[in-house]
Amino acid sequence: MKSAVIVFPGSNCDRDLAVAFEAATGSKPAMIWHRDTDLPADIDLIGVPGGFSYGDYLRSGAMAARSPVMQAVAQAATRGAFVLGVCNGFQVLTESGLLPGALLRNAGGHFVCRDVPLTVENAQSAFTSRYDAGETIHFPVAHHDGNYFADDATLDRLEGEGRVALRYAENINGSARNIAGILNDGGNVLGMMPHPERVIEPAHGATDGKRLFDGLVEGLMARA
Amino acid sequence: MKARIFVTLKGGVLDPQGKAIHHALEGLGFGGVNDVRAGKLIELDLADDTSDEDIDAMCRKLLANTVIENYRIEKVA
Repeated sequence: MKSAVIVFPGSNCDRDLAVAFEAATGSKPAMIWHRDTDLPADIDLIGVPGGFSYGDYLRSGAMAARSPVMQAVAQAATRGAFVLGVCNGFQVLTESGLLPGALLRNAGGHFVCRDVPLTVENAQSAFTSRYDAGETIHFPVAHHDGNYFADDATLDRLEGEGRVALRYAENINGSARNIAGILNDGGNVLGMMPHPERVIEPAHGATDGKRLFDGLVEGLMARA
Repeated sequence: MKARIFVTLKGGVLDPQGKAIHHALEGLGFGGVNDVRAGKLIELDLADDTSDEDIDAMCRKLLANTVIENYRIEKVA
């Protein structure tokens, strides 16, 4: 099983995501610099990490979304590779058009950094298969621009197609319909603001995130 | 040739920065401010033969996120 984590200048959760990938897959992911134009052949799983790529210049994720490696990520996603974008990674995925909508400044104007309760809306996806639909889980968030926005037609389509994977159980940033994470139409790309890689071992204080990575690996094994 | 690109949030898109500016203006005692919306001004210094289509493409592909923002191009001689 081949995995990779994309590294932009200003990424700061890349190594955490790599640890989570390695724990789940049993092998170290390739760390891919943003200027690279190729990913390892037949890549199965790609992580787009959190952080402040390019210092959040212009818009969060805007510059990273146009970096050379993102074309390779888009091609891999089209081919069916799993892509997980966390926090700044979610912003990069919306800016690059791999996911619909945009992430605006938090409605309250404040950076929000705490554990939040999330409701698993869709437990059918590879990312969420180890959770129960309707289950409440807790992941930490740490973001300033996590206020999910899309027009009503897009929101209705996301809801209708079961593409809202995770919802905040309380309003923390003004996100439309409390959306915390969404899937692409193929179900192989997930963008989410909360950080599953920060709750994968007991030393973190909680392990709710571990099931996301384990479920992904299970999904990949089933496909192989 | 220079071009100025004005990027503004679409109507209906929340602007916490504009709100904070509004509150600050009120704090300074300025009454009568109904609303504040903050945007961006991007100045481009361009080769004289840059086409309008190219400038527009720059806006669409990078300078503005048309999901949430509008842009206006003003060419300066």
